[in-house]
Amino acid sequence: MLTISQDLVDKIVAHSRADHPDEACGVIAGPLGSDRPERFIPMANAERSPTFYRFDSLEQLRVWREMDDRDEEPVIIYHSHTATEAYPSRTDISYASEPNAHYVLVSTRDEDKVEFRSFRILEGVVTEEEVVIVP
Amino acid sequence: MAIEVRIPTILRTYTDGAKAVNAEGATLSDLIGDLEVRHPGIKERLVDEAGLRRFVNVYLNDEDVRFLGGLGTPVADGDTVTVLPAVAGGMR
Repeated sequence: MLTISQDLVDKIVAHSRADHPDEACGVIAGPLGSDRPERFIPMANAERSPTFYRFDSLEQLRVWREMDDRDEEPVIIYHSHTATEAYPSRTDISYASEPNAHYVLVSTRDEDKVEFRSFRILEGVVTEEEVVIVP
Repeated sequence: MAIEVRIPTILRTYTDGAKAVNAEGATLSDLIGDLEVRHPGIKERLVDEAGLRRFVNVYLNDEDVRFLGGLGTPVADGDTVTVLPAVAGGMR
């Protein structure tokens, strides 16, 4: 189960809408071991593509070091799909390598409807989980 | 002195949970060879026949080694090598 504030959900959705038709991506950091997403970190999509995303490697190094210094970890890794459902693709699954992270997917294919779903991806196995949004 | 190698969560099963380990070598390729001796199994998570795996980013200090010399990048005592899983994906 993912518990997340409405404010952070709104930020992820706003970032995804703003970058549409390209895929948007980012991280929500939280205290190590807490499973609490707290700090919103939108990342550049180095691919600037409607079908693919990749964190810029140098930006990722800076952000991961900063989390390390603050005793944080990536509680959520999010990205958007712009024309398909909010479900991990084969590529998403093959790259997923943060065992403690919730992988959040947003679909921006429908302007009026928000698709916001969360998954665990462990050794190639995808498990959808409940998302509980708190004020 | 040695070279500090920072290990991401997903590879700490090879380092008994350690976040950072020491290794030696004159190039990144040598260093990964030495890491394999100390932490068997870790090498194949970092490289394949073609070179560095596309699923990992390796940094020498503040630079991505893909922008330096890849596996041939010279390394020296006092350097820090950081390994991070690449974060990527897409709709297909």
